[in-house]
Amino acid sequence: MSEQLIKVTIDNITLEVPAGTTILNAARMVGGEVAPPAMCYYSKLEGSGGKCRTCLVEVSKGSEKDPRPMPKLVASCRTTVMEGMEVKNITSEKVIDARNGVVEMLLINHPLDCPVCDQAGECDLQDLSYGHGKAGTRYEFPRRTFDRHDLGPYIQLHMTRCILCYRCVYVADQLTGKREHGVLDRGDHSQIATYIERSLENDFIGNVIDVCPVGALTDRTFRFKNRVWFLKPMNAHRDCPKCSGRVTLWNRGEEVYRVTARKDQWGEIENDENGKTGWICNECRFEKKQTSDWVIEGPRDISRQSVISQNHYLKVEEPQNVLPEVMGGRNPKLLMDIHDVSDVNKPEIHLSEIQGPATSQTFEDNSNINPQ
Amino acid sequence: MKKILLENDHVEGIRFFEAYRKHGGYRSVETALKQMGPDAVVEEVKKSGLRGRGGAGFPTGMKWSFLAKPEGVPRYLICNADESEPGTFKDRYLMEFLPHLLIEGMIVSSYALGSNRSYIYIRGEYAWIVDILEQAIAEAKQNGFLGKNILGSGFDCEIYVQRGAGAYICGEETALIESLEGKRGNPRIKPPFPAVKGLWDCPTVVNNVETLTAVVPIINMGGEEYAKIGVGKSTGTKLISACGNINKPGVYEIDMTISVEEFIYSDEYCGGIPNGKKLKACIPGGSSVPILPANLLLKTAKGETRYMNYESLADGGFVSGSMMGSGGFIVLDDDQCVVRHTLTLATFYRHESCGQCSPCREGTGWMEKVLKNIEYGKGKLSDIDLLWDIQRRIEGNTICPLGDAAAWPVAAAIRHFRDEFEWHVLNPEECLKRNYGLAGYADPIHVPVGS
Ligand SMILES: Cc1cc2nc3c(=O)[nH]c(=O)nc-3n(C[C@H](O)[C@H](O)[C@H](O)COP(=O)(O)O)c2cc1C
Ligand code: SF4
Ligand code: SF4
Ligand code: FES
Repeated sequence: MSEQLIKVTIDNITLEVPAGTTILNAARMVGGEVAPPAMCYYSKLEGSGGKCRTCLVEVSKGSEKDPRPMPKLVASCRTTVMEGMEVKNITSEKVIDARNGVVEMLLINHPLDCPVCDQAGECDLQDLSYGHGKAGTRYEFPRRTFDRHDLGPYIQLHMTRCILCYRCVYVADQLTGKREHGVLDRGDHSQIATYIERSLENDFIGNVIDVCPVGALTDRTFRFKNRVWFLKPMNAHRDCPKCSGRVTLWNRGEEVYRVTARKDQWGEIENDENGKTGWICNECRFEKKQTSDWVIEGPRDISRQSVISQNHYLKVEEPQNVLPEVMGGRNPKLLMDIHDVSDVNKPEIHLSEIQGPATSQTFEDNSNINPQ
Repeated sequence: MKKILLENDHVEGIRFFEAYRKHGGYRSVETALKQMGPDAVVEEVKKSGLRGRGGAGFPTGMKWSFLAKPEGVPRYLICNADESEPGTFKDRYLMEFLPHLLIEGMIVSSYALGSNRSYIYIRGEYAWIVDILEQAIAEAKQNGFLGKNILGSGFDCEIYVQRGAGAYICGEETALIESLEGKRGNPRIKPPFPAVKGLWDCPTVVNNVETLTAVVPIINMGGEEYAKIGVGKSTGTKLISACGNINKPGVYEIDMTISVEEFIYSDEYCGGIPNGKKLKACIPGGSSVPILPANLLLKTAKGETRYMNYESLADGGFVSGSMMGSGGFIVLDDDQCVVRHTLTLATFYRHESCGQCSPCREGTGWMEKVLKNIEYGKGKLSDIDLLWDIQRRIEGNTICPLGDAAAWPVAAAIRHFRDEFEWHVLNPEECLKRNYGLAGYADPIHVPVGS
């Protein structure tokens, strides 16, 4: 039997999706702005989602059979589409307003310590605040803080940054035999913890770092070693008896600074060639830090929007500079040295030494030139 | 009015099987199991018009008929005895004094729903009531009303009591189910609803203690007779737990035809306000429902008398009305400060939020902090608007209704008592010295037209 297709309209774009698809996943098929932000949902983790409320959307028409609009905004990550459903995401003022509120709530107790946070540059909360937050805050109270804890040799928990998405709890539930950490207490005083301080010992527990949308769980072998936008992500693999062995290496020059699983455009771990989620084991993640451990496949595609695409590729072989050769030994900064070809300007004035934009006066006297 | 739930609550020894049976106890089990099929019991409950007494007021018969009945899958009935809402203590009274009434109601309801194992999930603080209930269960079992093949009908039923660990959120039905399964009491994301996937993923009905006890008189007198008590869609009797500034706090059974004024001032019920004080405000249905100032409590915005029933208390929506809720009736006299009172509730909800969803987790804490500032003379006028905005952003955007329950009291307090908040801000020193708010509300005040 062929799969039943269901027609759904999201932000005035109509598409057909398999029955049982959630609104969020349907919207991701459209992509771009139409896909609501998701801070807690993780398609690879069963039962995840519904908690952060950033993905709220308005259902303006329930279905063909029951066209009534849904009375409240719904979590798109946990609501399945119905035939003829009409959904408004960015076309709904209610959604924009509610999302604004959710972002504000997520930020009131967040330390905003991005300048010293390892997650900066690849943090979902940074992106979310940038896209949906406000510049100021109305919160005038001390922020909630917790002590940092090392969960063993590999993982550090910085609970103050946690947004309680529960993803790491689901990872531990679904990937490891016995979960050793969880949410303690409740409400605004709840926290991710091991209760009695202990290290998380499991071959796959390192994946909590990859699913954590913020910098609450970080890689101790990478902490403060480098900023992600200085690193060059490379796809690599190795024969690993425990996991798929397909990873992203984050290199600077020849040095492997860290190893992560490969993430797709939604920040989720990609499937491997067998269609299984590409979780990686602790050994691949924390122990294999030599390029010789890996077969490097090539640089990884990074979205142009990401700050990581701004990175400086160090020790990359640069194209040979042929300018001195063709310009009689001179190596001008500008490709065409304007002083050489024009008599209008004064060749003794170096453009790069002028403070601010050049004006006609710049060339009349020399007073604007930086004394050096 | 003839009491039907609390008819025998003062009979000596009614807590025990012998006296209970002598006063007509367990008749409904005999009627149901010997003369009626399960569907007939459901039908009778439908006819009675009984509405859930746990807060939402959803018609019980309808809820029961939604229960999925797949072949070979067990079904469960859970009695919600988590009663943790500030101001509500009616279930405690029922279980403490008439435990057999609950057990009887549960046997009949279990029969109607086909639940062979039913649970009472009781709030942890009611530790001594667990013993009372377990004794009642043991007695019922000894006398053949529980166990295998009850009264030769072929129906087996066991009832287990499970204690909670002191979390209000575990009264929310899906959080209760999680907790009963031995997990952290986080509300589930619905759908699926418990009627399809509840306890251990099986179809489940969760009902309040009072709802289940009401099944006993419904079977005894017949659904139609029961529906004749009360008015409109508020059929039968309702227990009201009254507290606050009244002469006679306690649990009262009413038939939902009396006016709010009569309930507060008559000697049969609350007996008026003590010390010659005036009525200032009241929360008619447990801490989650909107507070009403005296004028809107006694009369609706249209100027009609307000009655103690689902429809009348909700008249005017949230603009000028409130809700029946769970029947926790909290009365405030003119010495009470609405700001402080709202702060107390905000503290409660902040403490009880499970913390799953961001608006409730962060918003409840934020509201408490802002309210604390206002109460202690450190507030700004803009804080009042800020509070309004925070509650607006919580309401309707959360997984479970606790978010709404935290938002509504704040919204209603600002809506009806805004000048008291402003007074706190403008008189920061005076509000520290005295522990009460503006008294003006006790006098009948003008109701804005069209509100
Ligand atoms: C935060 C929260 C707390 C609740 N606490 C209780 C409670 O203590 N007792 C109760 O009977 N219902 C409580 N409820 C309502 C239950 O979810 C459920 O609606 C009720 O048990 C259904 O029973 P009924 O249909 O007999 O009213 C609570 C709901 C919420 C959202
Ligand atoms: S530690 Fe990270 S993954 Fe775990 S709940 Fe907090 S934010 Fe989510
Ligand atoms: S609304 Fe509050 S109590 Fe309910 S699930 Fe969300 S955080 Fe938990
Ligand atoms: S992603 Fe849907 S609620 Fe968090």
